[in-house]
Amino acid sequence: MQQSLPGTRSVARLLGLGNRRPGDTLFRGITLLLVLFVVVIIAGVVWIIISNSMLTIQRFGFSFLTNQAFDPVHDVYGVGPAIFGTLVTSAFALLFAVPIGVGTAIFLVDFCPLAIQRPLAFIVELLAAVPSVIYGLFGFLVLAPWLQGSAEPWLQKYLGFLPFFQGAFHGLSLFTAGVILVIMILPLITSVSREVILTTPTAQREALLALGATRWEVIRHAVLPYSRIGITGGVILALGRALGETMAVTMVVGNQASPISPGLFNSGYTLSSVIANQFNEATPGLFFSAVIEAGLLVLLITLITNIIARILIYRMGRVGGLVA
Amino acid sequence: MSALIERQQPAANPFQAPRTVHNARRRASNIAIIALSLLATAFAVAVLLFLLLYILRQGLPYINIDLFTKIPTPNGEPGGGIGNAIQGSLILVGLASLFGIPLGLFTGIYLSEFGGRTAIATGVRFLVDVLTGIPTIIFGLFAWIFIVVPQQGFSGLAGGAALGIIMIPIVARTSEEVLRLVPKELREASLALGATESRTILRVVIPAASSGIITGIVLAMARVAGETAPLLMTAFGNPFFNSDITQPVESLPHTIFTFAESPYQGQINQAFAGSLVLIVLILITSFAIRWATGGFKQRVQ
Repeated sequence: MQQSLPGTRSVARLLGLGNRRPGDTLFRGITLLLVLFVVVIIAGVVWIIISNSMLTIQRFGFSFLTNQAFDPVHDVYGVGPAIFGTLVTSAFALLFAVPIGVGTAIFLVDFCPLAIQRPLAFIVELLAAVPSVIYGLFGFLVLAPWLQGSAEPWLQKYLGFLPFFQGAFHGLSLFTAGVILVIMILPLITSVSREVILTTPTAQREALLALGATRWEVIRHAVLPYSRIGITGGVILALGRALGETMAVTMVVGNQASPISPGLFNSGYTLSSVIANQFNEATPGLFFSAVIEAGLLVLLITLITNIIARILIYRMGRVGGLVA
Repeated sequence: MSALIERQQPAANPFQAPRTVHNARRRASNIAIIALSLLATAFAVAVLLFLLLYILRQGLPYINIDLFTKIPTPNGEPGGGIGNAIQGSLILVGLASLFGIPLGLFTGIYLSEFGGRTAIATGVRFLVDVLTGIPTIIFGLFAWIFIVVPQQGFSGLAGGAALGIIMIPIVARTSEEVLRLVPKELREASLALGATESRTILRVVIPAASSGIITGIVLAMARVAGETAPLLMTAFGNPFFNSDITQPVESLPHTIFTFAESPYQGQINQAFAGSLVLIVLILITSFAIRWATGGFKQRVQ
């Protein structure tokens, strides 16, 4: 039935299109074409971001990563404070969100009465879907004034010997950005951990219980070893979210390239908020390229974290049949 | 150890663990962990509930007809609404769907029906998964460089394109997963009756999975309806009603962002009201999804 040129047929067969009815070939062809288009878009995003930041990459090289000034007046650009702020706020977020999130997941699966497990899990899932601008609104109008007025003075009074809690109180600070990120990634870590913990085979739990283990021993020796990889994947996924978060952080971080110091109460900058704040003024040339290079750095950092997270989750999937 | 046990009184309950120091420590650590995880849960739930209830309390009094139908008043005069933002969000999500749904759906069909476990399909699946984790501002930058800069102006079209890319992986992965759930027997029955492969997919497999596919589409639409970062540099914002997609278009999240930092209390109130509208939207979609997927699983089985 098939009428086509010999050359195109071998190409068609190579793509899995050969020896089919014309309608099927057409349908497969359209599907492949659209998939190819998606791949081209992804490649295009990466290529456009790289090619448009070449100007500053060639001009400043690695000093772009360490230079403290982002100075359009003198046409000198660096994102040192922004990289610092990105890393500090994300590390702060993980430090608090991981134990609280994993603890919550353990409680929900292992200790919680079934009647309240479902509504709690639903609230967590709902909050994982709340847009980041709403966290930003809450952070800017409620959290920042409260932290400045109450929490920061309290921390300085009792923990002021630590370098993190010294200096003047700012509402819009790295500290506030860190706290809002804790609140934002908490639902994400909780819901991924909960799903992973749920996949622990009941037989393994029961085997340990039958040996006389306490609930905690079951968690420690059956649940956690089993779900470790998946939880790590979820945590890295959350780290990627924190590193790239734009709106919530931009609204509370202060957006000032303060000199790098351990004080968390200082105003700061993150890579994404550099983009959000500067793109509108960016004049063609170095300024434009510097904004795009900040984007390139965000893209690279989050690509790496996501690839690691995905590999871990796939490995978990092969072990436990989980599709996350 | 055995000496310790021998000194024990015969237990009233033979299943009770003997009361040794070792066991006391085990019991204590068990209680400590339960208490700690309870504390973590109490803290997490308290913070998250406070956030939800605070927005409910601040936003609810300012939900009225004007909010949905009027445009913002100049200089923070009382009254007005955010109708332009709601109209703009509908336009942007519509544009994004026009572009993101077909691409996502066909990628899902490819992954489920044609790709299988081949190297190309695994690569595409991995690429799509990684795409979900890339910060959305990157797609904003892409649309900015690709559309806004050459056109020398912000436009709804650029915003729709950025949001469309964000929709692709969500639609692709959910449709792949629900298409896989369709039993093989259904496909075989259709092919055995003489239907072609494309006819089987379009007339048998997709209809069988339709509620799941629609769930994925709704999920993706809800997700991009809340996006702000990529719209800053593409759709920008517009204080008036505007349905011309070659011009800047306002959106609900963008209004929340600008009103949050407004010096006028009226606009701050409307920012909370707008946030409440967004949260309710998400609440409705997640309930709808639960309902739809529940029905779907029953029908497949």
